Amino acid sequence: MTALTYGVSDTLVLAKRSLLRIRRQPDLLVGFTVQPILFILLFVYVLGGAIQTPGFDYVDFLMPGIIVQSIAFGGFVTALGLADDLKKGLMDRFRSLPMARSALLTGRTLSDVGTNIFQIAVMISVGLLIGFNFSSSVAEVIAGLALLLLIGYAFSWVFAFIGLSSSSPEASNAFGFTILFPVTFVSSAFVPVASMPSWLQPIAEHNPFTYMVNATRALFLGIPAGDNVWLALVWTLGIIAVFAPLSVWKYRRVVTQ
Amino acid sequence: MIAAPHRIDLRADHGAAASVRSVPAAVETLRLRKRYGKVEALRGVDLRAEAGSVFGLLGPNGAGKTTAVRILTTLLAPDDGSAHVAGFDVVRDAAKVRERIGLAGQYAAVDENLTGFENLEMVGRLYHLGRAPSRDRARELLSSFDLTEAGDRLVGTYSGGMRRRLDLAAALVARPPVLFLDEPTTGLDIRSRIDLWDAIEALVSEGTTVLLTTQDLDEADRLADRIVVIDHGLVIAEGTPAELKMQVGGERLDIHLCDGGRGEEALGVLSPIASDRPFLEDGSVRVPVAQRRGTIADAVRRLDDAEIAIDDISVTTPTLDDVFLTLTGRPAEQEPEEAEVLAK
Repeated sequence: MTALTYGVSDTLVLAKRSLLRIRRQPDLLVGFTVQPILFILLFVYVLGGAIQTPGFDYVDFLMPGIIVQSIAFGGFVTALGLADDLKKGLMDRFRSLPMARSALLTGRTLSDVGTNIFQIAVMISVGLLIGFNFSSSVAEVIAGLALLLLIGYAFSWVFAFIGLSSSSPEASNAFGFTILFPVTFVSSAFVPVASMPSWLQPIAEHNPFTYMVNATRALFLGIPAGDNVWLALVWTLGIIAVFAPLSVWKYRRVVTQ
Repeated sequence: MIAAPHRIDLRADHGAAASVRSVPAAVETLRLRKRYGKVEALRGVDLRAEAGSVFGLLGPNGAGKTTAVRILTTLLAPDDGSAHVAGFDVVRDAAKVRERIGLAGQYAAVDENLTGFENLEMVGRLYHLGRAPSRDRARELLSSFDLTEAGDRLVGTYSGGMRRRLDLAAALVARPPVLFLDEPTTGLDIRSRIDLWDAIEALVSEGTTVLLTTQDLDEADRLADRIVVIDHGLVIAEGTPAELKMQVGGERLDIHLCDGGRGEEALGVLSPIASDRPFLEDGSVRVPVAQRRGTIADAVRRLDDAEIAIDDISVTTPTLDDVFLTLTGRPAEQEPEEAEVLAK
């Protein structure tokens, strides 16, 4: 076998390991399903009435935004898992094995794609039940779903880097939710940018989350996309291009406690 | 109880091939140096472990043992000096080294969310043994380490001893010619320790080279063919366990007197047979002696002549604890302040 086929087989072996873990830790599954569902219901039924979204029902406006946000945090399992591997010394075992240097990370990020598909399916089902409608072509919906998976994959690499850089699962948790979570709110995900104070609007408009949410919204609701799809793609691929090599670099140097 | 791992053929094809290439030493380092910030963890360490032997790396916490193992297992790059394992340079040929080593440590690096079987199968796949051979090997190892019954249970439910056995099994999946054990029995109960020692001895009898780090002098004494003592990143002593004990000055007569108040008097009476200055300790008279033969009878006669009554008398052979105390000026268990800083 060549190095490439080894790399692929190592990745699959480790992706299977990550997926088994999720199946065996029901609290993680709850994070994937119950939490996003609760957020959808809270936003639609509690906050939605007070949020003006000219031209849209709030549920139609919200769904693309909240799916992008949830999917961006889907990779959080990777940060937790890597921080846990570091803490328990498993990282030493993996790094002393003759496997591909990137396999632990590609395996984890690949398993995130699986959980992200599951999460998107759950969220869209709930959305459809409470009145969300796709108003675009099948091709556009499929393109939108593909974009969502790519966004999820990109953030898995961000979380891989966070997991490898933090001293404990708790620390990576704190980092993810204190830095990234607010950033997702200063975007077009939950409210129209035009409703924000004028000093905040430029920040929200140029937030990559806004491009990603606008692109998904355009692809799901059949509204003009402008440059949003291209900008979202460029940002997403850019994040992968930066954080994948950075994470592999970090993995090769990481020192366990 | 671990059912004799020696029943399985632990020397597989590639392991045997490695030895045919007539590797000069299984592990060899030259002037190995590693610094963490201002702390020098290794200050020029030379080690040499012959193939098929157990090499004990002994020292207190923070002495540099774990740093040395991390360099030898390709987890950490040295700052200076060189290290070869199974004939390959750990920096230039790291991938080849990884194919030929197994690592088991003090943390039992096994995945709690997988079963014992799944853990070993995964490690087999990552050594590229292939799917079916990985499964066969996993079953074989579970049986050797008396884990067959627990094989399908999640490792999260295992006891500490079971995890450590699984960890050692995982290190053996690819039948590596060189095995690194970093404090393998730290924190285990006596029973589990003896089981692990038996397993390690069985492996060595099959030709595996073991590099063992430990703070436990009994462990080194029992398992190691050759010991290197390191402290503050430097080798401070080297030799077989017997040679190291010789360095401390051989055997000693311990005498407990019926009347403890006559100790000073006894020292004077016994000094002619002492090889070094006798002394009082813990209410007993300690007399270093050059040789065992006839010593007790001689001492008894002299004390009897002086009418000093003996409660108990014995000859003790120095332990590695004594060696350590003599070499470093402190017992092995005591952690120096520098060591604590270094460990962080």
